[in-house]
Amino acid sequence: MASKKHSRFIDWVNGDTAEKVHEYKFIQKTVPPHSEQAHDEVISTRKARLFNISYEISAVLVCVILVAVLLFTVFNLPLFGSAGNPASNEVAERYLEKGLEETGAVNAVAGMILDYRAFDTFGESSVLFIAVGCVMILLMRDKNNISATEDSLEENERLIEIETNDPILQKIVLLIVPCIFLFGIYVILNGHLSPGGGFSGGAIMGAGLILFAVSFGIDAMQSFFSIKTFKAITTTALMCYATLKAYSFFMGANGLETGIPLGTPGAILSSGLILVLDICVGLIVACTMYGFYSLFARGDI
Amino acid sequence: MLPWYQNIPFACIFLCMISGIMMPLFKSGKAAFHLTLCVSLINAILAGVLLYFTAKESIRFVYVMGHFPAPWGNEIAAGKLEALLALMFSSVMALSLLGGKSSIHDDILEPKQPLYFLMLNLLHASMLALTYTNDLFTGYVFIEINTLASCAIVMARDTAKTIAATIRYLVVSLLGSGLFLIGLVLLYCITGHLLMPNLQEKVLSLVSTGKYMEPLTIVAGLMTAGISVKAALFPFHAWLPFAHGGATTTSSSVLSGLVLKAYIVLLIKLFFSVFSIELVSALHVNDILFVFGIIGMIYASIKAIREEHIKRMLAYSSVAQIGYIFMGLGLGTKVAVIAAIYQIIVHAVTKPLLFASASRLSEVQGHEKSLYRLRGSARTAPLAGIAFTLGGLSMIGIPLLGGFMSKFLLAESAVLLASPRQWAALLSLALSSVLNALYYIPAIIAIWSPSDFMLKYQEEGKQKKNITYSVSAFSFMVLVVLTGCASTPVSEIISSGLSLLGGASL
Amino acid sequence: MSDFLQSVIAYRFEIGAVILFGIGFINLLLQKNLIKKIISFNVMDSSIFLFLASQGFIEGRIAPIITGANDASLYINPIPTGLVLTGIVVSVSVSAFFLALVQRLYKKYGTVNFDEIIMLAKKEAE
Repeated sequence: MASKKHSRFIDWVNGDTAEKVHEYKFIQKTVPPHSEQAHDEVISTRKARLFNISYEISAVLVCVILVAVLLFTVFNLPLFGSAGNPASNEVAERYLEKGLEETGAVNAVAGMILDYRAFDTFGESSVLFIAVGCVMILLMRDKNNISATEDSLEENERLIEIETNDPILQKIVLLIVPCIFLFGIYVILNGHLSPGGGFSGGAIMGAGLILFAVSFGIDAMQSFFSIKTFKAITTTALMCYATLKAYSFFMGANGLETGIPLGTPGAILSSGLILVLDICVGLIVACTMYGFYSLFARGDI
Repeated sequence: MLPWYQNIPFACIFLCMISGIMMPLFKSGKAAFHLTLCVSLINAILAGVLLYFTAKESIRFVYVMGHFPAPWGNEIAAGKLEALLALMFSSVMALSLLGGKSSIHDDILEPKQPLYFLMLNLLHASMLALTYTNDLFTGYVFIEINTLASCAIVMARDTAKTIAATIRYLVVSLLGSGLFLIGLVLLYCITGHLLMPNLQEKVLSLVSTGKYMEPLTIVAGLMTAGISVKAALFPFHAWLPFAHGGATTTSSSVLSGLVLKAYIVLLIKLFFSVFSIELVSALHVNDILFVFGIIGMIYASIKAIREEHIKRMLAYSSVAQIGYIFMGLGLGTKVAVIAAIYQIIVHAVTKPLLFASASRLSEVQGHEKSLYRLRGSARTAPLAGIAFTLGGLSMIGIPLLGGFMSKFLLAESAVLLASPRQWAALLSLALSSVLNALYYIPAIIAIWSPSDFMLKYQEEGKQKKNITYSVSAFSFMVLVVLTGCASTPVSEIISSGLSLLGGASL
Repeated sequence: MSDFLQSVIAYRFEIGAVILFGIGFINLLLQKNLIKKIISFNVMDSSIFLFLASQGFIEGRIAPIITGANDASLYINPIPTGLVLTGIVVSVSVSAFFLALVQRLYKKYGTVNFDEIIMLAKKEAE
């Protein structure tokens, strides 16, 4: 490896590499075929034009009425920012006053979404899972959505990616990515203690993964994060979430104790399941974010 | 400890969810198909058991999702009505899977089939959750799951046309969810609750004090509008024929038969468990549903008469049938809502039968879809022909079949009402039945009358055996006849189930 | 008049949210460009989140991180915040899905104008 680098350096000094790289030094822009006339042809018939106009008028009308009605409603709502609103009732009070004791979470929002109303949050993680599934159906390469020429073009791009290592970018990314990850992990692990939690921390870690993939290329990324890892992590994390919550729902509904210690409020290892769930959610979100990027960019993970 | 059967709703939802989550791990579509089928069958059996126990003890129980009861944590609730609807969702899901098995194999690429079943499983879970939920925000989350998953099963066929249809569907659905969400937010502002029992208590106390009446009216309007947009009520139906007509058979059956119904079930719960049917009538929300329901019934039938593509014709017929349901809700009495729910069940067993039969007919005739080219296909595949005929006759409203009973119940409930509404309802029922006959009977005649196309494909078509279809068509036919003959026990269950939903005191 | 102005100022967040909702709604209906449709969908959803978040706010109180006393009168209402969180995740998912649909159509037809796409798809079928 070292000798190869060395020889490349010598080649570079001697000016020998230029020709070799030149073979595929350009990225061919793939603009799909598009007929210029299409735009003019769209609304050609009189009937279609009439329909369009009536559609636009009725849409504007509906929207104006809707906004007017909503504005009227707004003025009839409880006053903004006052303490006596119907919304700040016994429910909010209980979350704030008893939350610490019942869920062990210092962050009342985390306590609410991952304990009191955990079923919603489970649904929400599933939405993310479904979305990534949809994007996979649409964009994962197969014979429906990719042609041979596109395939060869993408192969070309991949080769360019390998060839054009940008040392400044890579060195800096190597410095930054661990920090991003550390911060992401911090946000996830402190989800029950401070603002943050699985979703925000996961998004941060996902950004780190994307940054790494952008600067080091797909091959480096796939050496530790392939489609298999992606599937394994997301399904395991969501499955873990589902089974843990199913256990806790079942025990709760049947009036049994879960036997999960809540710990001392304020400590990292506290608040029962919330920490574990935050970790699961964080993993799902991080993988999903990277998955979105990768599927959009290459049609593969 | 609760009685053991009270764990069933929770178990059903989580069973679907967990099997859905497992799907990406499967390599082949076959295993995924079998697991999905198993899960829906198990769920159907469980829902049947639940129906038995809830009907026997005539109760509606609340199941706390977690350790915190009503105003604090999430809850689901189940009674007779929910159990019956869940039974319908799960069994129709299983039968649609069977009926569309071969077209799933043809339409969807093998490596993506597990993802398709992932969507179906989560769709199933979301429909069950919408049926059982006792919390409006959970309702919103599962509406979104439902939206995404149903769009996904439309576009799973992966042609440019279905993708364009999916975009239409998605845009309309997003408008609907936007309206529903803003309605929910406003409702939260003025009540401070998200769980249905507490909401109802608060809403009724607001009504009795007369406070926040304007926002309350608008909330009712917005939430109803949001759900009706998603359920393809008349002016918002334009996406449906393309989405339902273009998707693969199982998707079309599930979308037409179940997904639209899941939203309406939530609407009914909204009417009974959050507001009350009297309040809804007092706020005149149902009048809008009534008017648009009637227009939808007539307009969609006329469109269906002019449609050549068999699946799109069936999709337009779905719009018309949704119109019946909304008309029933719009009548604004409990009897009419019972008829509307009966119509939900009848349509849920009839439309998947029609879609599966249409696809079987086109399978034996070289995958043609236009009615003209399907001439004589019933002679090649007689079972599919009989099934299509039976389904079509039921849609028209021939006695002894399900469609007749639901129309009869709707008419019966309309008779009890005051004059203009009564006449409007009865006339539109009669007119739309005639219109239904005008497109189903030519279609039925067409598939039975011999043609060149039939001769061309006959030998080849007869080779194609499809046992799963036969099983599913046979069961659906039994269900169609059952809903036509045994309406009394079913409507009794619906009626007593509705009273348990709440909203008694105003 | 000053009463009206005062209430406009008092309800500024809600009014802003409603106007943004209208902008998102109308563009979602009228834009032909699919990317702009996605943007308007996001505007619409964000306006609802703004509305929801403003409902939780209570003058003079702090974020619901309970480090001090267990007294509900110190903190804002945590429920809308949690609901917004759920809503955001949903809207991210929908945007991703929508973008993927648009990417596929763009690859095929080379345009993001929905009318053109429909027309080209129809032509293709003929």
